[in-house]
Amino acid sequence: MEIRTKDRHTIGILVQNVPGVLARVVGLFSGRGYNIETVTAAETHEPGLTRITLVTTGDERVLSQIVKQLNKLVNVIKVYDFSETEFVDREMALIKVRAEQQTRAEVLRIVDIFRAKVVDVSPHFYTLEVTGNESKISAILELLGQIGIVEVARTGKAALARSKKH
Amino acid sequence: MKLKGAQIFFECLKREGVEVIFGFPGGFILDIYHEMPNHDIRHILVRHEQGAAHMADGYARSTGRVGVCLVTSGPGATNTVTGVATAYMDSVPIVVFTGQVPTALIGDDAFQEVDIIGITRPCTKHSYLVRDVNDMPRVIKEAFYLARTGRPGPVVVDLPKDVIQAQTDFRYPRRVDLPGYKPTLEAHSGQIKRAYQLIKKARTPVIFTGGGVVLSESSEELVRLAETLKAPVTSTLMGLGSFPAVVPDSSGNMDLHPLWLGMLGMHGTYRANMAISHSDLLLAVGVRFDDRVTGKISGFAPKAKIIHVDIDPTSISKNIEVDVPIVGDCRNALRKLIEAAEAEPIEGLDALRVPWIEQIRQWKETYPLAYKQNSEIIKPQYVIDKIYEVCRGDAIITTEVGQNQMWTAQYFHFSQPRTLLTSGGLGTMGYGLPAAIGAQVAHPDRLVVDIAGDGSIQMNIQEVITAVCNCLPVKVAILNNHYLGMVRQWQELFYDKNYCGTCLDASPDFVKLADAYGAVGLRASKPEEVEPVIREAFSIKRPVLMDFVVSPEEGVYPIVPAGKSISEMLLV
Repeated sequence: MEIRTKDRHTIGILVQNVPGVLARVVGLFSGRGYNIETVTAAETHEPGLTRITLVTTGDERVLSQIVKQLNKLVNVIKVYDFSETEFVDREMALIKVRAEQQTRAEVLRIVDIFRAKVVDVSPHFYTLEVTGNESKISAILELLGQIGIVEVARTGKAALARSKKH
Repeated sequence: MKLKGAQIFFECLKREGVEVIFGFPGGFILDIYHEMPNHDIRHILVRHEQGAAHMADGYARSTGRVGVCLVTSGPGATNTVTGVATAYMDSVPIVVFTGQVPTALIGDDAFQEVDIIGITRPCTKHSYLVRDVNDMPRVIKEAFYLARTGRPGPVVVDLPKDVIQAQTDFRYPRRVDLPGYKPTLEAHSGQIKRAYQLIKKARTPVIFTGGGVVLSESSEELVRLAETLKAPVTSTLMGLGSFPAVVPDSSGNMDLHPLWLGMLGMHGTYRANMAISHSDLLLAVGVRFDDRVTGKISGFAPKAKIIHVDIDPTSISKNIEVDVPIVGDCRNALRKLIEAAEAEPIEGLDALRVPWIEQIRQWKETYPLAYKQNSEIIKPQYVIDKIYEVCRGDAIITTEVGQNQMWTAQYFHFSQPRTLLTSGGLGTMGYGLPAAIGAQVAHPDRLVVDIAGDGSIQMNIQEVITAVCNCLPVKVAILNNHYLGMVRQWQELFYDKNYCGTCLDASPDFVKLADAYGAVGLRASKPEEVEPVIREAFSIKRPVLMDFVVSPEEGVYPIVPAGKSISEMLLV
């Protein structure tokens, strides 16, 4: 399950997929001094609609302003504050890790334990794909860090509410 | 039939009922200017694009209609930004059309290219870059709709040159389709009920109104509710005029309305700020609890339950936690509160209010707004008193920003909505003259007066010529103290009298300047000259600049020092 610190919030934002919409959302955060920890955005199954998932920090008052200010944007159709509901979230990371003869077996063991995947192999490196919640990604990064991480690309969180369409 | 983008532009404006455009041409908007003579629309050629934006704003504030501004790309567009931000802060419906380089050149740093959509994103209600001529009718329809509905505000529409040159079949959409834009107009009945239960219990209620009452045209409802509840009314700068400051008394003389407290806040009246501080119930309508109103948050209405009506949910509980939030149009909410009050009147209301009304009367008598006019030198407040007296309050007044603005708010007894046009939120010096011109365009037969300082009038003084050549007889009253007076006052009170950068010892001769522009210049240097100058100015059917040489070190009082509670006023 997700580790919830008090002031950390995951927000889902359904927006019209029009030019500049991401700039409007992100600009709102920088302009009003709100924090963004991660942000992901991609089209949904419905044509013309994009879902942005954003992790931010702030007390109750700040969060309530964030939700209201987002709702005020003309291109924003719906805002979900996941702090108030059960939700699932995942992020994906691509990790390029040093994989010399003596460490390959250990890398593969970690891959196995975390149900990760080797997606690219070269003489000295493996590139791994791992999906999970934030703590899982952090855990594998820590273990691989002892072997030697070369580069990491994390997607940030994508989230959906557990129950009904939300 | 196929129309060019530039023709479509005018067809759309016609359908939106636009009668006048405030603008300034340039290379990338030239196709629209080329088309303009074929259409029955008035164009006011300004001398600086900031002036165009403020004129559109003044036109909009004085009428409630959408003001329209047309400029070219690059510097033409950036020059409007202050005007756009001014309109944004005060929720004024304007649409600003900016030229843009052809779509193929966007991003190449072409001549006079600027990302105006990016620049104005934080200070517009919404904005559009039109990339396809087929989108133009829909975008223009949406722009006007967004500007005037919900909480009004400025919309920027960026028009690349190839788009206004391209041709397409023209059809104007009948309705807008904006799935993410559904302002709540209807106030929630349950919340109204909760609110009225609190109102019923209140002993020392205050109605606190703002620009939302003006925007929603709900002055009548406000007066009716206040009189039904026998609740005193105070207002922010933006709300002045929506409650009549003066009413005729039994013998027909105009006198202050018994429920009127005057403006509250940093330069509010003693009785308004004291009433807020002692209130047990605050009914806040169409306000946003700006810091110039609240002073120190913990000291604002510390004993009061707060009911807050606003159409914009972000205004509610942003600066101050409220007990009963009511999202909705102010008029709708006020009507429902009146219904509640009439259905369930408060028993023994008259007797119940006696101590509160008496207390307010005492505060009013203890520290009324006052100044001492001697026979030597003109007090700026006296000029405003005389303007009020000569026009009997029947004028549209604009102001610049600073002391001129605050004295106007204090001494001109606004009794009609849309008669005070002032930059409240952004505090834009240079707003008053172009706003007056915009208002005069909309109201050719009314007296329009810009009450200015010698500092701020110079920020858009080039627009005097716009007034002259369009026969717009605006009057400008310059309270000339040879200082940036409000800043000087802060230096006097809070910065060790270190008058750095605030002395305007070298100013133009405003009378000669008026003459050079083809306007009329008049000067008053002695108190006895004030009234004759005002009378003469108001009788001239041309633009007039009145130069009032006033007491240089007069301050605006009361003043609540920054960071203090509003009950902690410096009174002299």
